[in-house]
Amino acid sequence: MSLRRINALLLRYLLLYRQSWTRIMEIFFWPVMDLLVWGFLTAYLLKIGSNNVPALITFLIGSMIFWDLLYRAQQSVTISFLEDVWARNLLNIFVAPVTIGEFLTATFALGVIKVSVNGLVLALLAWALYAFNIFQLGFTLIPFVLSLMLMGWAMGMVTVALIMRWGHAAEALAWGIPFLVQPLSAVFYPVSVLPGWLQPISWTMPCTYVFEGMRQVLATGIVPWHMFWWSLGLNVIYLIAAAVFFRYMFAVVRKKGLLAKLGME
Amino acid sequence: MVIEVHDLVKKFNGTTAVDRLSFTAGRGEILGLLGPNGAGKTTAIQMLLGIIEPTGGSIRVFGQDIGTHRQAILQRLNFSSAYVSLPQNLRVMDNLRVFAGIYGVANWREKAMELLQLFEIDKLATRKTGQLSSGESTRLHLCKALLNDPELLLLDEPTASLDPDIADKVRKLLRRIQRERGITVLYTSHNMREIEEICDRVIFLHHGRKMAEGPPKEVIAKFNQQTLEQVFIRIVRDGELEETKEGSHR
Repeated sequence: MSLRRINALLLRYLLLYRQSWTRIMEIFFWPVMDLLVWGFLTAYLLKIGSNNVPALITFLIGSMIFWDLLYRAQQSVTISFLEDVWARNLLNIFVAPVTIGEFLTATFALGVIKVSVNGLVLALLAWALYAFNIFQLGFTLIPFVLSLMLMGWAMGMVTVALIMRWGHAAEALAWGIPFLVQPLSAVFYPVSVLPGWLQPISWTMPCTYVFEGMRQVLATGIVPWHMFWWSLGLNVIYLIAAAVFFRYMFAVVRKKGLLAKLGME
Repeated sequence: MVIEVHDLVKKFNGTTAVDRLSFTAGRGEILGLLGPNGAGKTTAIQMLLGIIEPTGGSIRVFGQDIGTHRQAILQRLNFSSAYVSLPQNLRVMDNLRVFAGIYGVANWREKAMELLQLFEIDKLATRKTGQLSSGESTRLHLCKALLNDPELLLLDEPTASLDPDIADKVRKLLRRIQRERGITVLYTSHNMREIEEICDRVIFLHHGRKMAEGPPKEVIAKFNQQTLEQVFIRIVRDGELEETKEGSHR
């Protein structure tokens, strides 16, 4: 693993933003729009519900912010790969002495940057517009966000592996896969709302523990550390499984000559 | 030997793309890989680069096996193709900076400027890559391909999208650089005149099989033709004729 090569790849992705205001705006546009919708919905529910809706409903804003961080982490891996596919630059990267690990690490690093910037902007907007202070989660914010990033990276690796294998036809997965996970991972509602048979499936998702944990902190002020440890443990399993799947798919792609095809189409 | 390919085979779903191909390339040699579309040239190059796994046979580059020493080998070679691009929304200099970082080029700025000057596109250093003409873009790709002072250069139809004037300039420049630096070049092209001009030796491929090998003049003489283009046409048509006969016998 060479730090120099990782830096060079990261630079390639960051330079895209230096020279394009539309790209910079694109990072913030959807999250801000989501925040506005969920923020105003929360404000409306608080207004019409008066005593019937608990103040805890503001967790919807926190859920939206956390969901966006997970989504950005996944996107940093998949969109970086797709940027090279769209630019027909993929072969230039993969015929250079770049290892798969270096390539993925660069996209993970990009994820850390995107998640940090995005999270900060959303947190400030939520505080300014809706008086929702995500920092009331205190230090738990860091492990929770870390856990979401790890799951985002695992999903990103699986998505890229599928795109490598099935080519342009599978590109929509880059945006679709997170939304496959969303209904099951109790982002905007507790796991108890799900049908009984779906609940065990929901508890296999690392992010479920983060969203449930966040709601508990906001409701009781007590940090459910066991939720974080469960989330972390599952993330380790997810990351190992995703890496094994990626390596397997990469070998298949090399055997079938699909990487070359994807890089030249 | 810089390249040693022995009994190389590649099959895709039962179709043989490269069929028991063997060849070598020595230091400082320009070897042309010729053949019609689907002959197996690009597949062979991609196996040399380690992005396609062979079904059989062996590939050794710089005396090392590509399967086990891919990273070390790729550090010492480079690649350019008319079908591959550099990110269009990055500036010329930024693209070279990124690849200089990947290859670990010391004093990347000086090196990049030196190459841009050599290919007479130094005035475009701050321009976005997407704003370059085909000729300028090809020259930029060659700058990228020479950034790491490669000992082996794999060029897949590098002049495919160029007008005859620019193609001629690029060929002369490539030949000059190759002579000065003693680089081994594996070159594919459909332009037979170009191949005659630039290559020391050629290999004709048809349906993945090697049909002829040798210096262009010897190959032309062996087939009793006047030009490589005539040899090309004869090999392709005879090959098809042979296959038709084989088909009718079956």
